[in-house]
Amino acid sequence: MSPHQFDIQLVAIIVAASCAIPGAFLVLRRMSMMTDAISHSILLGIILAFFLVGDLSSPILIIGAAASGVLAVSLIEAVNRARLVKKDASIGIVFPFLFSVAVILLSRYARNVHIDTHSVLLGEIAFAPFDRLILSGMDLGPKSAYVMGSILLLNLLFISFFYKELKVSTFDENFASSIGFRPRLIHYLLMAVVSLTCVGAFDAVGSILVIALIVIPPCCAYLLTDSLFRMILLSVVFGISAAVSGFWVANWLDVNIAGSMAFVCGMLFLVVFLLAPQRGLFGIMREKRKQRIDFAEASLLVSLYNQEIGESVKNHPDSRGMFRSADFASKVVEFLKQKGEIAVAGGGLFLTEKGRERARITVEGR
Amino acid sequence: MLEFAVELFSDYTARTILLGAASLGVVSGVVGSYAVLRKQSLVGDVMSHAALPGIVLAFLIMGVKEQLPIFIGAALSAVLAVFLINLVTSNSRIKTDSAMGMALSVFFGLGLVLLTYAQKMPDANQAGLDKFLFGQAEALVEKDVLVIGLTGVFALLVVGVFWKEFKLLCFDPDFGGTMGFSMKSLDLLVTAVIVSAIVIGLQTVGVVLMSSLLIAPAVAARQWTGSMGSMVILAASVAVVSAVTGVALSSGLENVPTGPAVIVCVSIIAFFSVLFSPNGFFTLKFKDARSRREIRKDYVLKALHDLALEHNDPGYAHSERLLALGSEKGFNVRESLSQLQAAGYVERVGEENWRLTPSGILEIRELSPLEKSG
Repeated sequence: MSPHQFDIQLVAIIVAASCAIPGAFLVLRRMSMMTDAISHSILLGIILAFFLVGDLSSPILIIGAAASGVLAVSLIEAVNRARLVKKDASIGIVFPFLFSVAVILLSRYARNVHIDTHSVLLGEIAFAPFDRLILSGMDLGPKSAYVMGSILLLNLLFISFFYKELKVSTFDENFASSIGFRPRLIHYLLMAVVSLTCVGAFDAVGSILVIALIVIPPCCAYLLTDSLFRMILLSVVFGISAAVSGFWVANWLDVNIAGSMAFVCGMLFLVVFLLAPQRGLFGIMREKRKQRIDFAEASLLVSLYNQEIGESVKNHPDSRGMFRSADFASKVVEFLKQKGEIAVAGGGLFLTEKGRERARITVEGR
Repeated sequence: MLEFAVELFSDYTARTILLGAASLGVVSGVVGSYAVLRKQSLVGDVMSHAALPGIVLAFLIMGVKEQLPIFIGAALSAVLAVFLINLVTSNSRIKTDSAMGMALSVFFGLGLVLLTYAQKMPDANQAGLDKFLFGQAEALVEKDVLVIGLTGVFALLVVGVFWKEFKLLCFDPDFGGTMGFSMKSLDLLVTAVIVSAIVIGLQTVGVVLMSSLLIAPAVAARQWTGSMGSMVILAASVAVVSAVTGVALSSGLENVPTGPAVIVCVSIIAFFSVLFSPNGFFTLKFKDARSRREIRKDYVLKALHDLALEHNDPGYAHSERLLALGSEKGFNVRESLSQLQAAGYVERVGEENWRLTPSGILEIRELSPLEKSG
């Protein structure tokens, strides 16, 4: 690994970690698409602030741009207050407008500066190592690692100070306001943190792919745990691993790094979605199948049990008839035989002692 | 500017491009209405972003920038994204918004990866593939416009044939189901129509902003009308005007990509409608302020009357301070009194006392006819 590659990964890790932290709350608050709006809208802030300040890494620019994200959120909420605009439509008309204005300004007036429409979409993490922080002749590493590092620190401080407030207002907004927390304030603080993170991540991954780093790792974590704290922790782990492996995939295929990170995030989610122990697709299917067979077994046993004690015999000379297919019936019989709950003799089915006990418990409830 | 406009309309190439933009406008206005009414605006956003990998893959497989394969590739990958969203939301506790965010960013990311891969290829064929990001109407040729037109006609035909059914789907799918329509197939059909509208806009407006040309005209139209028919027509007109203006602006000015130019036009119309239409933000604020004023006036009138009745004389005068005492805080009694005075319902007695005039007494008895005067 060259020092150059090390620097890129360092920046990627910090970006991924700082995106995953607020992301967990956005996913739980069902506000993932707000990221889409914010990450598009900050571009206008970045460009306007750039025209004013003339330096892309100035802290004024970062704060100004983050303010434009919060502004977009409040604009969306204002539009939403008009009676005939639904929530999704108000998101859908606000950010494309701000983004379009930004792209036009960018392509018309800023063609020769550091940013262009390509880096807006693609990010330029590959160039991160070239802009270095040098203090009194000492090379302290890539500048963006420090910028993003401060944002990460801020995110960490934010969630540790407001953990309780965030948690309560995320899961029960009414309760939060009734015990004196201020959910609206928390909401806007979170939006400010997300905006700031998007601005920071913009340099690295561009304005659309930041959504992947914010939304996907928490979604993976959400399928694996019920505890908020563990969810945040897992999100950070997933985010970092997707960022690092995304970098190596891009390196191997010689393609865009940010796009590859987003794609790896997606693949990671796919794996979790399929294989998560309880909430994965396979797990759910296994659970459903188990329930179906359990139910079928119990039905068959109860039917035989009822025949033994002389109830409803007439309609079911052979209890196997109650299943939708002969195939399924013989499968159920096979399972029960293996468990030793029924015996087959002369083509008829009989309960064993064990099977009779299970049927009795099913019927009588104890 | 005028000279430029004349030149634009007389030039054959320019006419072709504008025709393309106009037909795109009609289709996206009509089709977008369904996306907005079904609260699927953001699905449109996801689908248009998700078209990117399909476009690039079609190019990589076919090796040429042919319109039809690119359309098909774009449509397939957009539909795949929607399918995956449904798969994830119906089989896990992931909510729709997160699933959409994931689909959008992963597909778009994959698209960019493929795009950078295609751009490394030695032949120069792939040049202009990135025009699909923000759109470049100038690249439209006659054949493209023909394909846009045909796809558009198909989409409009479907909407026309299933007009009634789509209406049911938007406003009362449960009722539609009980009528015996298959809401699932109708849902699929609407999605197909939306996808075809997105696909034909990709070249002109680009994947990043195409969804907005679907949503914004419909949002604008919805503010002005409550009827499906007029909404669709209005949305189509808004979209045509913005598409044509945007295309003209982008070809007239240097370095303005078409997509953003179109979207700025359409957004301005949408914002104006949201703010100033009869149901708009400011109009509602204004109406609200007016009805508050009316209620306060009636309140003061009634208070004056009630107080006067204590003295068995409807015309008995009371001080402004006494009136203010019984009212909620932050309520300017003086303002209401002077409005009532202007209407001739009250008159001033001395420094700060007020009493009802005969017409004021009539008015209050009309307002609350059940109350018998003492």
